[in-house]
Amino acid sequence: MSQGLLVSAYLIAALLFVMSLAGLSRQESAKSGSLYGMVGMVIAVLATLGYAHLEGFTLVTILMMAGAGIGLFLAKKVEMTEMPQLVAVLNGFGGLAAVLIGFSSAIEASESLAQAASSLLSSTDRMIHSIEIFIGIIIGAITFSGSIVACLKLHGKISSRPASLPGGHWTNLAVIALAILMGIVFVQQDSLLALIIMTALAFLFGITLVMGIGGADMPVVVSMLNAYSGIAAAATGFMLGNNLLIITGAMVGSSGAILSYLMCTAMNRSFISVILGGFGTEGGTVAEGTEEGEYTEVNVEEVADMLKNASSVIITPGYGMAVAQAQHPLRELVNKLRAQNIKVRFGIHPVAGRLPGHMNVLLAEAKVPYDIVEEMDELNDDFTDTDVVLVIGANDTVNPAASEDPGSPIAGMPVLRVWEAERVVVFKRSMATGYAGVQNPLFFKDNASMLFGDAHGTVEGILKQF
Amino acid sequence: MRIGIPGEIQDNENRVAATPDTVGKLQKLGYDIIIESGAGIKASFDDAAFEEAGAQIAERSEVWGSDIVLKVNAPTDDEIALLKDGASIASFIWPGQNEELMNKLSQRNINVLALDSVPRLSRSQSLDALSSMANIGGYRAVVEASHHFGRFFNGQITAAGKIPPAKVMVIGAGVAGLAALGAAGSMGAIVRAFDTRPEVKEQVESMGAEFLELDYEEEQDSSDGYAKEMSQAFIDAEMALFMEQAKEVDIIITTALIPGRPAPKLILEDMVKAMKPGSVIVDLAAQTGGNCECTEKDKVVVKHGVTVIGYTDLPSRLPTQSSQLYGTNLVNMLKLMTPEKDGNLVIDFEDEVVRGLTVVKEGNITWPPPPVKVSAAPAAKPAPTAAPAVEEKPSRPWLKPALLAAGALIFGFVANSAPADFLEHFTVFVLSSIVGYYVIWNVKSALHTPLMSVTNAISGIIVIGALTQMGSDNNIILALSGIALIVAMINIVGGFAVTQRMLKMFIRDN
Repeated sequence: MSQGLLVSAYLIAALLFVMSLAGLSRQESAKSGSLYGMVGMVIAVLATLGYAHLEGFTLVTILMMAGAGIGLFLAKKVEMTEMPQLVAVLNGFGGLAAVLIGFSSAIEASESLAQAASSLLSSTDRMIHSIEIFIGIIIGAITFSGSIVACLKLHGKISSRPASLPGGHWTNLAVIALAILMGIVFVQQDSLLALIIMTALAFLFGITLVMGIGGADMPVVVSMLNAYSGIAAAATGFMLGNNLLIITGAMVGSSGAILSYLMCTAMNRSFISVILGGFGTEGGTVAEGTEEGEYTEVNVEEVADMLKNASSVIITPGYGMAVAQAQHPLRELVNKLRAQNIKVRFGIHPVAGRLPGHMNVLLAEAKVPYDIVEEMDELNDDFTDTDVVLVIGANDTVNPAASEDPGSPIAGMPVLRVWEAERVVVFKRSMATGYAGVQNPLFFKDNASMLFGDAHGTVEGILKQF
Repeated sequence: MRIGIPGEIQDNENRVAATPDTVGKLQKLGYDIIIESGAGIKASFDDAAFEEAGAQIAERSEVWGSDIVLKVNAPTDDEIALLKDGASIASFIWPGQNEELMNKLSQRNINVLALDSVPRLSRSQSLDALSSMANIGGYRAVVEASHHFGRFFNGQITAAGKIPPAKVMVIGAGVAGLAALGAAGSMGAIVRAFDTRPEVKEQVESMGAEFLELDYEEEQDSSDGYAKEMSQAFIDAEMALFMEQAKEVDIIITTALIPGRPAPKLILEDMVKAMKPGSVIVDLAAQTGGNCECTEKDKVVVKHGVTVIGYTDLPSRLPTQSSQLYGTNLVNMLKLMTPEKDGNLVIDFEDEVVRGLTVVKEGNITWPPPPVKVSAAPAAKPAPTAAPAVEEKPSRPWLKPALLAAGALIFGFVANSAPADFLEHFTVFVLSSIVGYYVIWNVKSALHTPLMSVTNAISGIIVIGALTQMGSDNNIILALSGIALIVAMINIVGGFAVTQRMLKMFIRDN
């Protein structure tokens, strides 16, 4: 295969990737979008194989089949509630691949240098190449270790509370500074040892970075790691002089960066403060869990009565719904209500769940039609005309303190204004605070009632009343 | 324990303290129920319905011999005598107005639970019988008014001419007032309301009514949730407003009550005179003397061409509904006082709701209870001592341009010495980032998770980097890129497969 064919194949693949992302803008076109992506990927891989004339072709095939098999297995096995973990792991793999390729590239470069001392490469060229390797590896390494920690946190293997290091952010800063220093050593002296030390430090930095971030900030972290994996791919593209890698990496990087930005806006927090972590652990009027008034408790019969007499209902789910796996009985409840001509909608806060769009996927899994699932901005003004709001496993995203109490740690965060509805029922295990550690005055409002218990059980209980 | 439900003996009382529905709920609390034969007839609940719900039908004396007696009206002297020693009785008592009754009750070794003395807390709303009865009273007041009013409530334009809508003014926007506003409004009348507490304005407006305001300002701080008496200057301003309104409106519904005192006279005789003939006044305060000077208790009188309704039994005029709500209030009260659900009544004075509603305990008068603050005010917060971590950052307008300039300088320096190859790649990188930026902004937030898995999959394009290195003859490189190959393939296949899986789940509603 000629180089011209290869370049044109890459161009087609790049266009298909753009179309793929563009297709994801609407549910109707999303499936074809993902198909474009696959076609683009196949074209790119086949063209590369055809051009490279690899000797160990069978080995390559076996390795690729092995990777594909593992990927397929993961994709089939994963529960929809575990999507955040899977996305985090896949981000990490992208980073790991960048590290490995970076090392191969570095070894290759030092070899060619040894073979031909009077290499055609000018010293600037070599330096730029080394810098590219350095950037690819450092970002890849941070992405990898950070993603693994994020995954373990999401999976509950590590506590999702922000853990702070001795020395706080200064330790982090020292680690990354040392890594960069090692990088400079590598660039100047082509020392592989420096590169290895640098990589180890970068791994360490990835771990400490994500360890310090709390569970509620995970949507930002996962988006950020997504962006990093893209940048790592782009850096690899620079390293290998491959435009397709650069294009794809740049687009993935943009995507991750935009998602991080959206998540930060949804929490009214700056990106820096999320990365510095420690949400809910320092300063502010972070409640000691003191109760601030009287709350009313209701039982499933009463909630069922409320729903039967309502004409408009909004359900606002949060991470608690995912934990309790309450989406399936919830969908049945929604069907029952809709059969009685009650208008039912879901209101999704952008940071509900642990991944951007997490709630939408869970509801889709339970076969809730996507046209009754609305975003916060779409229905936030409709609460005044709503008879009953069911808050299921959400806390901070429906906290009136965000708009009413300027001293609150979550002040200014846009929230679902559920308290404007006629009645609010909060499904909760206990009176504990949410991830932000902030007391929620919603529970003590006159029109709010608490329904304690596991959301799966309580929703089924309500269902039995119909 | 056994709960007895006797019939009410007052003439114009149609209610009963339990319905077949609440009998079922009381049994769940562990009580046995016996009910006087025919007790629910006037509220359309026959004995058979009660029996079906699990109650036992019995004679009057047997019912009165129960451990707990549930009633609507306060017991008469004869009835007090029928109570057994150590029994508890729950009904409306009005301990503030009925000193004599309280004395008689306290001569027996009994507990008396007054449903009218429930403290107003958000927790106690479910047993607040005053509110539930006031709600019915407010509704019925509008029905009575409409019955005596010779016109439609709603305006119409018909072939036979135009009908103007009726104008209704409600004085006192408590539960009864708000219910009256709602009922009159839904019948099509123009509704307006006045209340001395400016904070109820929002509630009045939420019922679709206009809130009438005075020019006069006065501090109104009612920490027990009820209205208080006002100063003379305020009353003068109020009277002027009512006079003006009386000339305009067709129906006045007054609900102004001050607990423990005679009702304030708000509609004077000259205001009645000023009203149009055929107008109607419904006085919900008739029990305590009436808000209108022309009101006669329990009667409908016509004065100066205006019908003045002074019924005191409005809730009893909707007996089925009011029995159900009152019965549910009683169930909620007993729920609170039967913590073990074992049919044993516990009078726990630590609970301020129970403390408030118990007016006689074991023959001792325990009324009035120590003052309770309305729950709405949450315990004062420990004030923002340490301000939240967000500190006001000094604005540095020069920062952005400076950074941009520095960036451009560095880039210029690099570009000056960098090979053309690098610059070409860099151009591709920048342009692709911009393309990505515009494409991604269009993605719906509902699809953010699939977006992330797709970007994961396509960032697996790094596989072609690994592929190109597989041609190397260095074993270390081969091993490294071999692993990279596997990992990248996991990304590609895993990412696309899971995306497909997710997207298949998104279904449209038909």
